[in-house]
Amino acid sequence: MRRFTAVVPIAIAAMLATAACGSDDGDNQAADDGPVSLTVATFGEFGYKELYDEYMKLHPNVKITERITKTEDHHKNLAAHLATNTGAADIEALEEGWIGQFTAQPSKFVDLTEYGANDIKAQWPEWKWNVGASKDGKVIGLGTDAGGMAMCYRSDLFKKAGLPTDRAEVSKLWPTWEQYIETGKKFEAAKVAGAHFFDGPTVMYRSILGQAPVGLYDGDNVVVDSNPDVKKAFDLSAQAVTSGLSARAEAWTPAWNAGFAKGTFATLACPSWMMAYIQTQAKDASGKWDIADVPGGGGNWGGSWLTVPKQGKHTKAAYELAKWLTAPEQEVKVFQKYGNFPSTLTLYEDPAIKDFVNPYFNNAPVGQIFSKSVTTMKPQYLGPKAGDINTQIINGLTRIEQGKQTPDQSWQQVLTDVKALL
Amino acid sequence: MTQLATEERAGPRRGLLHRLDVKGSPYLYIAPFFILFLGFGVFPLIFTAWVSLHEWSLLSEEHTWIGFGNYTKLFDDPAFWNALWNTVSIWVISTVPQLVLALVLAHILNQRLRGQTFWRMSALIPNITSVAAVAIIFSQLFGRDYGLFNWVLGLFGIDKIDWTANTWSSHVAVSTMIIWRWTGYNALIYLAAMQAVPKELYDSASLDGASSFQQLRKITVPAIRPTIIFTVIISTIGGMQVLAEPLLFGGNGLTGGSDRQFQTLALYLYEVAFGRFDFGYASASSWVMFLIIVIVAAINFGIISRLRRS
Repeated sequence: MRRFTAVVPIAIAAMLATAACGSDDGDNQAADDGPVSLTVATFGEFGYKELYDEYMKLHPNVKITERITKTEDHHKNLAAHLATNTGAADIEALEEGWIGQFTAQPSKFVDLTEYGANDIKAQWPEWKWNVGASKDGKVIGLGTDAGGMAMCYRSDLFKKAGLPTDRAEVSKLWPTWEQYIETGKKFEAAKVAGAHFFDGPTVMYRSILGQAPVGLYDGDNVVVDSNPDVKKAFDLSAQAVTSGLSARAEAWTPAWNAGFAKGTFATLACPSWMMAYIQTQAKDASGKWDIADVPGGGGNWGGSWLTVPKQGKHTKAAYELAKWLTAPEQEVKVFQKYGNFPSTLTLYEDPAIKDFVNPYFNNAPVGQIFSKSVTTMKPQYLGPKAGDINTQIINGLTRIEQGKQTPDQSWQQVLTDVKALL
Repeated sequence: MTQLATEERAGPRRGLLHRLDVKGSPYLYIAPFFILFLGFGVFPLIFTAWVSLHEWSLLSEEHTWIGFGNYTKLFDDPAFWNALWNTVSIWVISTVPQLVLALVLAHILNQRLRGQTFWRMSALIPNITSVAAVAIIFSQLFGRDYGLFNWVLGLFGIDKIDWTANTWSSHVAVSTMIIWRWTGYNALIYLAAMQAVPKELYDSASLDGASSFQQLRKITVPAIRPTIIFTVIISTIGGMQVLAEPLLFGGNGLTGGSDRQFQTLALYLYEVAFGRFDFGYASASSWVMFLIIVIVAAINFGIISRLRRS
């Protein structure tokens, strides 16, 4: 008995000690032929559900679990998982707005060229490949989609407001964002019951900012206070809000999700991946949404990469899956079913993309609309703190929308809040 | 002879073992708790203090010693004071009604009721529900356009309230979730204490014509005062650490509203630590938060022991 009592605390101490260093697996290439269980962590809608099933059929030894989190939480969690060396999924998706933070710590990820990623480099436009690489040339991510820009609108609500509904004519209404706001005022004047012109400032602000050659960062410097393009994106969004065009549905909240189906807002700036989001949120609204050109022309918002954190148990198998998911054949399937626009160059001349019309969006030629915007695109550099800075700016726009501050007061506070982050 | 010799030699040794057993074993028996407490309580506390004296980012390997730099920065940080104020406000709005309601609820449960066990068990259900589920459902109930509360208010001709937008309304909403979760729990603690109050007191009070409310005020409350003190202290500590409710109520992000209008201390701490990964600064604020809790609990204790003496 005496001996037993002495053993208990020692056992506990031993448990604590092993728990503390349990994640040091060292070599993790073993047993890739045996049963392999892979977790893929994504956010929003990647449209991978059917592909997982297909892959598991092709590779009966692989079991895929998906883990979907809200975009912001996804990236925060990943940063914590990398820092503590435990908890990351085998494949982690990264969004454009956050990837800078992660390419800055390439030692946490598998350098995919070690598994032969250089062989498939030609799939992507050069910028897409480069954004997924660190400064010293380690490639951590394979491109999935790209975020070309368009404007989604509800043709049924436009009809009620006496505005044109044909997408060519709608595009003519707003060559600039100023004209977009003017159109919005006309829409509001028609007093369509239960509907406003646009969802809220978040998406509009991000879209305008995405059209600028330089955004929040110029090189390594944060230029929020000195870059007129940031101020312009803020001012235009604020103006749309103060003109009473907003449905006040804060982006990515339940009210916003409900808004797609209920038609509480008539327009929404649409990066290509937004099509997938709309289709999942408003399953019954097929044919009501349509797609026109975005004001200001072109631009980019978003697009993602798949990465393989080093801490995974089956990094080689994970790379094989990531490679398969980002291959042109799979990207076409995702695009046709969900609308996420492929970042794979070779596909843009492919009739599967070029001639593709999306029946949900009233047969809009989405293949053409987005490939035009992606090929002409010059990517903007997003620095490591871009996500947090945007949160502060969007909070500022929300304060205006909630009637708490004037645009000037709000902008002053944005500048102090951004400074506090640096 | 040889046998005797060994026994003689073993004699004092056995005595030592015996003494060790008597004196040492109790410590061994309680050791598991203290080892766990050392590992998960004391060590993090001291380590946090150590981290708080550094410029310590989760994303970099370098940690620079800056002494009390994080603390001086914290006392100049309006977001910190704002969070402290919000925490106090939400604590008052939630704790006071919660304990009063719990007392009334316990008093009712203490009567002869049909299906007594059922009612008593149901009082605990909000507490065993996951806080995330509670927060998500309440966030929908407090929704501006499609929320139940605004719909009910609309029946009385009251305009829609944008619950997350204003300071007072967001505090009320967050407090409601806390009240919902903890009232039943406190009621059961009160109920347990009430069972120990002699029934004769109530019987004679009834004979003298005292109403149920008078009995609650004049007999029950004085009799269970130590329990009330206990719940006040526990709710104070809990109230200082509110995190999940404002986090999930905000829907997006860690700032607790567009103007940090319902960001509590714990949420601010979370934002700094897991939003900006500034662990040094977060450690400093968690130490300050710890000291604030100690001070508030001490004040609490002081007031109560004075009450008890009078």
